[in-house]
Amino acid sequence: MREVAIVAFGQSDHRRDTAEISEVEMLMPVLHQVLDAVGLRAGEIDFTCSGSCDYLAGRAFSFTMALDGVGAWPPISESHVEMDGAWALYEAWTRLLTGEAETALVYSYGKSSPGDLREVLTRQLDPYYVAPLWPDSVSLAALQAQALLDAEDTGDTVADERALAGVAARSRTAAEDNPHAQLAGSPPPDALLEEPYLVRPLRRHDCPPVGDGAAAVVLAAGDTARRLCRRPAWIRGMDHRTEAHSLGVRDLTRSPSSRLAAERAGAFEAPVDLAELHAPFTSQELILRRALRLGEDVRVNPSGGALAANPMMAAGLIRLGEAAAAIHRGAADRALAHATSGPCLQQNLVAVLEGDAS
Amino acid sequence: MTKEPVAVVGIGQTKHTAARRDVSIAGLVREAAVRALEDAQLTWSDIDAVVIGKAPDFFEGVMMPELYLADALGAVGKPMLRVHTAGSVGGSTALVAAGLVAARVHRTVLTLAFEKQSESNAMWGLSLPIPFQQPLLAGAGGFFAPHVRAYMRRTGAPPGIGALVAYKDRRNALRNPYAHLHEHDLTLDQVRSSPMLWDPIRYSETCPSSDGACAMVLTDRAGADRAPYPPAWMHGGAMRSEPTLFAGKDFVSPRAGRDCAADVYRQAGITDPRREIDAVEMYVPFSWYEPMWLENLGFADEGAGWKLTESGVTELDGELPVNPSGGVLSTNPIGASGMLRFAEAALQVRGRAGEHQVDGARKALGHAYGGGSQFFSMWVVADTSPAG
Repeated sequence: MREVAIVAFGQSDHRRDTAEISEVEMLMPVLHQVLDAVGLRAGEIDFTCSGSCDYLAGRAFSFTMALDGVGAWPPISESHVEMDGAWALYEAWTRLLTGEAETALVYSYGKSSPGDLREVLTRQLDPYYVAPLWPDSVSLAALQAQALLDAEDTGDTVADERALAGVAARSRTAAEDNPHAQLAGSPPPDALLEEPYLVRPLRRHDCPPVGDGAAAVVLAAGDTARRLCRRPAWIRGMDHRTEAHSLGVRDLTRSPSSRLAAERAGAFEAPVDLAELHAPFTSQELILRRALRLGEDVRVNPSGGALAANPMMAAGLIRLGEAAAAIHRGAADRALAHATSGPCLQQNLVAVLEGDAS
Repeated sequence: MTKEPVAVVGIGQTKHTAARRDVSIAGLVREAAVRALEDAQLTWSDIDAVVIGKAPDFFEGVMMPELYLADALGAVGKPMLRVHTAGSVGGSTALVAAGLVAARVHRTVLTLAFEKQSESNAMWGLSLPIPFQQPLLAGAGGFFAPHVRAYMRRTGAPPGIGALVAYKDRRNALRNPYAHLHEHDLTLDQVRSSPMLWDPIRYSETCPSSDGACAMVLTDRAGADRAPYPPAWMHGGAMRSEPTLFAGKDFVSPRAGRDCAADVYRQAGITDPRREIDAVEMYVPFSWYEPMWLENLGFADEGAGWKLTESGVTELDGELPVNPSGGVLSTNPIGASGMLRFAEAALQVRGRAGEHQVDGARKALGHAYGGGSQFFSMWVVADTSPAG
């Protein structure tokens, strides 16, 4: 397999509401940041791929506005997925694997502030049998969390409300070191447990913040990567899998698609020292830790994860970017990055990143 | 490193129609997928990954519908990618799927594109609300009509060319059992006298709004060796994008289209497309786009595309048949329209196009475009593998 690495990563400051700027204005500084980091102009990139969602923007073909901002002139080789940017990165990675491109620019963005995200996400469900009931995303996550709390077999994981509060407190405390985080700092778990339920068994601290944000990465192959980056984050493997959509046919306490993707990505061939998990709800981190066989010795979400900032369509790409950035600065040698999409962790992507021995 | 050659071994599509009220969205896509699998004589378990594409989710009112469609497309436990590049999406989706095989990430991939436009009103779905666009720019025709007028003015093409294209494509569609429009009694005079919608585009010169899906099974060399019917081999594939609006943009012959064509011809070793390509399936949603794209794709000199149309070169029995399937003018499930072009090109070189088969077609071009004439995807397929 051809050597391909993440050589630059940038993200916006994630905020509850960015009504004063457009998606393009939110994205452009981030694009320039990653391009400046590698000293390339948009036109010098061989392939560009982005991820975004018309349902968040409220208009058809919303990604064309961002493309105008990229400055696709002279014309560029470009594609777009209506998915989290992590999958745009996957498409770009396969493009580099064919040898057709040496470099790729990947970006994604989402503004949740113009609408009611919980309501909007109901439109993602089976249009005949589920969407007409308007079950919102927090309620579905609560079903999943309750199933986990009730489960007889959760492996080595202790799954109770205190464990959930522990995930929240640890993540948001870690986010104090992340200048881009939307939520940082947390009372201790005992204090969190005194708060009322939002949707039982989830309390507010168990849920991700709703907000706006953008992210971008640059990929490069082989010696180009070595030239553009002091310590490239090599993609040793990457895979993604989906599960059935109907919640009734899934065991919501497990994540078999994450397990399978991790196997295919080679995650279990050697221990990782860092994991960036896209777990918007505290209960999902417990499920993913088990599926991905992450022990207590692995640092999980030092960025604060999706509990600190969860911009739709970008939060998965940010996990890959944060893991890569840790390798770039020598804070990790072998990292796992995970992204999710759909209700209750329906679709999952796992990448294994490594730095050269320093 | 060398890429794995990519072969098309299965093609399936639905009977396109204004409203498939008898099936759900899942039922529609599954119908096309099952037909593609049958054509390849494969089963769901032979498929390693699914790549699906469609145009804006507002057309059906389902956000990211691939999540809901995972079960119907046998994707559970498999990778599933969802592509969206506006009108070119059907072509782009096939190219993303082909890339997975070419990169040796997967061996056999199901790719599918669909639109079930009867679930909403596509024209208004495409008409952006204020503040994104000025009012009264209703539908795609409103956007493209001025560029057709610019073409006519630039080339001096006589006003009747568009009607010739529409009449040809609608007659070709009579030979394609899957085409949406089967207007058996249509005459050229009727096309010429049909109501003016967006001057100079008349009603009979516009594409219909269809429910439909198209699927293809793409595989590697070993997969092609096992295929029951002759495969179509991919000899080149490319995508190009440019901004929607900018000073100096040539809407009549966008540079992204010219660059994209040049790239696929280079990959396929084609130096004279007019002579070397035997059949073209191009994305012609409004009749005048045939002569416009003939020039943009290098089949005619600048200003001379309309002469090919006028002299019958692009007829089914002409020197360069364009849209033998009836094209977008006869069938337009928007998200699938690009993939239908790619699939119909592949059917031609496989010799499996039935009554609209171009005799002796060995090399064909599939073309799709979208957005404000800004997204292009193309492939060249042939009846022999690229290595010989």
